[in-house]
Amino acid sequence: MLLGLFALLACQLAGEVIVRAFAWPVPGPVIGIVLMFAVLTLHGHLRKPEAAEQGPIAKVADTLLANLGLVFVPAGVGISQHHSLILDHGLALIVALVVSTVMTLLVTVGVFRLVSRLQSSRRALP
Amino acid sequence: MNAATPFDLWVYLAASPLLWLTLTVGIFVGAQRLAKASGFHALVNPVLITIVAVVIVLQLTGTRYDTYFDGAQFIHFILGPATVALAVPLYRARQLVRAKALPILAALAIGAPFAIASATMIAFLLGAGREIILALVPKSVTAGIAVGIAGEIGAEPALTAVLVIATGILGAVIVTPLMNALKITDYAARGFAAGLTSHGIGTARAYQVNPIAGSFAGLAMALNGVVTAIIVPLVYGPLAGA
Repeated sequence: MLLGLFALLACQLAGEVIVRAFAWPVPGPVIGIVLMFAVLTLHGHLRKPEAAEQGPIAKVADTLLANLGLVFVPAGVGISQHHSLILDHGLALIVALVVSTVMTLLVTVGVFRLVSRLQSSRRALP
Repeated sequence: MNAATPFDLWVYLAASPLLWLTLTVGIFVGAQRLAKASGFHALVNPVLITIVAVVIVLQLTGTRYDTYFDGAQFIHFILGPATVALAVPLYRARQLVRAKALPILAALAIGAPFAIASATMIAFLLGAGREIILALVPKSVTAGIAVGIAGEIGAEPALTAVLVIATGILGAVIVTPLMNALKITDYAARGFAAGLTSHGIGTARAYQVNPIAGSFAGLAMALNGVVTAIIVPLVYGPLAGA
């Protein structure tokens, strides 16, 4: 378990270092995802893909992702600090969030299915 | 030595990280049980319940957010490693991703900018100020990345985090009734939409509904995070500096 935690932290740390060293306008954890993916790919190549999929990194990752909701709570409680700003702009915020969320769900699912169908109908052709 | 009075004890505990850390984890575990007991009903969202319950406790006890956050920051810190952990579902889904590469890329290329443009345009048309509009930009991206994006474009990170979480909860609550009403049974497509729109909270919801939906949601969350983090500073950086 500690090895998996170390690997995740090390990738995040390396991501932060790279982002700052090259002054890239990208958050460190994003580079961390790319590095972690590279580590897993390398691990899968050297051993077996199943080893990378079920190894210590995967175990810690599964535990973290299974409880992902919890990590949003401390920031979410921050709503208590912004209630005046949120009340002042309540209507604009609620309309923007609700309409954008519904429309993004519809557009994304629509494009995914459309392209999926085009792809399978092309494959079905002789 | 005199025993501590309840008041002394409260003064000690209220200022210690232990109390707020325990409270947050405890309420969340309870909220997860509640969600399970409800048959994972869309409205019984563990994140929403926990945030509301903690805010009520803080209000009732007159506790400042800073004091609460001193304890809860240990949980908040996990956002970073949990974000990096997204590489694992991404790696596991690599073959599925290859088979569905075209729909994934198309939905990502249109969905990611649409999530930003729709929210900022609506807020702009309703007369919201620059502070609100900038904070809305990364609203569909997982909090660990969104707060980083907020820093790059000069948005208030705490407000961004709140809007991100509100979007996550909204998407998680809306997605199942919406897709069922439209009779969409393709769980890869449903999950991808849930993860792209409402990041970790939508992904947690997708895993409750269907495992394929869950892995496509995790994939969409990771890809949307990466793409948005690369595009936004390039587009908004010059605008913010102007």
